Amino acid sequence: MTSTPIRYRLAVASRAVAAIAGGYAVAALSAAALALALPAWTGMARSEAVLTGTLASFAVFAGAVMWVFAARTALRAWAGLALSAAVLALPVLLLGGGGA
Amino acid sequence: MKEGFRQSMAWLHTWSGLLVGWVLFLVFAAGTAAYFRDEITLWMKPELHALPHAPVAQAQAAERAVQFLQQRGADSPRWFISMPTGREPLVGVLWTKPAPPAGAAPAGERPRRARFENASLDPATGDTAHAPRATRGGDFFYRLHFDLHYMPAIWARWIVGFSAMFMLVAIVSGIVTHKRIFKDFFTFRGKKGQRSWLDAHNVTAVLALPYHLMITYTGLITLMFLYMPWGPQAAYKDRGGEQAFFAEVFPGGGRDRFQAAGEKAPLAPIAPMLAQASAHWGGAAAGRITVHHPNDANAVVAITRAEGPRLSYDQPSMQFNGATGALIATYGDVPQAAAETRGVLYGLHVGRFANPLLRALFFLSGLAGCVMVATGLLLWAVKERQKYAKVLRKGGRIGFGLRLVDGLNLGAVAGLPAAMAAFFWANRLLPVGLAERAAAEIRWFFIVWGALAVLALLRPTLRMWQAQLGLGALLFMLLPVLNAFTTTHSHLGATLRHGPGAVAGLDLVAIALGLGLASAVWFVERKRRKTLALKHAAKAPAPRTPGEPEALSQGLATSGHQP
Repeated sequence: MTSTPIRYRLAVASRAVAAIAGGYAVAALSAAALALALPAWTGMARSEAVLTGTLASFAVFAGAVMWVFAARTALRAWAGLALSAAVLALPVLLLGGGGA
Repeated sequence: MKEGFRQSMAWLHTWSGLLVGWVLFLVFAAGTAAYFRDEITLWMKPELHALPHAPVAQAQAAERAVQFLQQRGADSPRWFISMPTGREPLVGVLWTKPAPPAGAAPAGERPRRARFENASLDPATGDTAHAPRATRGGDFFYRLHFDLHYMPAIWARWIVGFSAMFMLVAIVSGIVTHKRIFKDFFTFRGKKGQRSWLDAHNVTAVLALPYHLMITYTGLITLMFLYMPWGPQAAYKDRGGEQAFFAEVFPGGGRDRFQAAGEKAPLAPIAPMLAQASAHWGGAAAGRITVHHPNDANAVVAITRAEGPRLSYDQPSMQFNGATGALIATYGDVPQAAAETRGVLYGLHVGRFANPLLRALFFLSGLAGCVMVATGLLLWAVKERQKYAKVLRKGGRIGFGLRLVDGLNLGAVAGLPAAMAAFFWANRLLPVGLAERAAAEIRWFFIVWGALAVLALLRPTLRMWQAQLGLGALLFMLLPVLNAFTTTHSHLGATLRHGPGAVAGLDLVAIALGLGLASAVWFVERKRRKTLALKHAAKAPAPRTPGEPEALSQGLATSGHQP
């Protein structure tokens, strides 16, 4: 997949964007999703759920970045991010009254 | 990016580390120094070193501070008193200047600091203590650690946060890359070129790995509401947004809730409130006292518990009616699980709970972090240089990228220690009465660092490494000597016998750091001799043995022409 330098550079750029912007989006969604879902599903206090989601979000971010660079192709990397984002967006849309 | 999981992680580790390595080195170095923020501040105010340090009762210190504030800031809307501790013997008072009458001056234009006045008081007498020289002291390194300098703090915090996130990725991918993490812990193969750099990187990284992981993650946590505001925004959207969240989690805070009545009422005595608070906290001392609208009928006195040996950064607080002295509320006595988790993570990062021995271990781990970042940066340059082995042997030049990295490595790793030492020198050498003195000290830090960085980029040679490391070594090792010539009560001859121990400690640490840098100079000298010998050998027409081109590439940075 990286036969020519320019293609290689584009592939790296694509993954860097996926890792930084996509990873941040997934981490932000995970923070919001936990903040909304934990009180609804486990009865945790709202402020506690917010803190739990925010504290964990940086680990989610790091995991997402590693996923992006470990994936076999850039397409798989993007697809993995999109899938996680979609799953995390569900509680945000359902419990957050539409749109975060 | 490479095929295979371990290879991609190695690639990720290399690049995420390199791209922000220089910022990380600055952040690590400043943060490591900031563990001794109070001690550095004390060292930089030699006028205070001869003061007797008999402990003063809290009530007395607080009453003296209130008396002082009644004289100087009776009409101020807010007073802040920080009580003396074992590390900070003076009472710090800060008060807000009353708002100017409407129309007197455009309110938005005054810088934030100009709205406050502050003083340091002798806890026993309440007099302003011997007017120490103006200096930012250890606060400079503390702020430099996350606010950098010469730029808006908010940009700096995003830059530092971005770098910290890269660091987290570099650490986790670095761990994954390791096949033999346990063995590498015990492995150091010296004098073997790239192998030695790798081992040095591994040893400093793995030795203090729990620390590195902790300090990076908790660093992100300290500013998490800036970096990741989406949880509070999503969950509190329908009930007042982030502010409502903060009011719920940190109920004692928030100063806008306090409104002046506009009616005068004398401030109730502070000592009974302190006694009640201390009794409520099982005898723990008070750390900070805030008086909202002193001498108003609606005055509120907020007392926060002193930092103790507890991990959590959040301290419980109590609020009293300032006119009657009656208790209004207590906060933070029974912290909730996630809030306490955040408090502990935050507390672990700043390490205020640590006793001197633990603080010293944090400091050593921080130094290991500096060495880890530095060896990682150098390792990249050493590896990259190998690609140029053939070109170099023919007398060619290395590429622009490597030359740039060489220069930046030199300016950061060798230049920064010298600049930090220069900051301490400026403290002793600048005239005490100089206008804008605190800013001038900081300017000298950046003048020295800037000059060294420019030299490093112009001539990234081994000679330059030696010169800059040697400058840092001299400045640190001679700091106690300078101290002896410029002070009467602050040099080792006095401080080792009569204290303050913190001042003697800083001098001794400076000598140790100087010796460390001096051994680095010696180490570079060995490399330089080896490189020179190889170059001479390469000029001879005899066929090369296979080991030599690799050996040629082992130097730190040999861009440009060697003398």
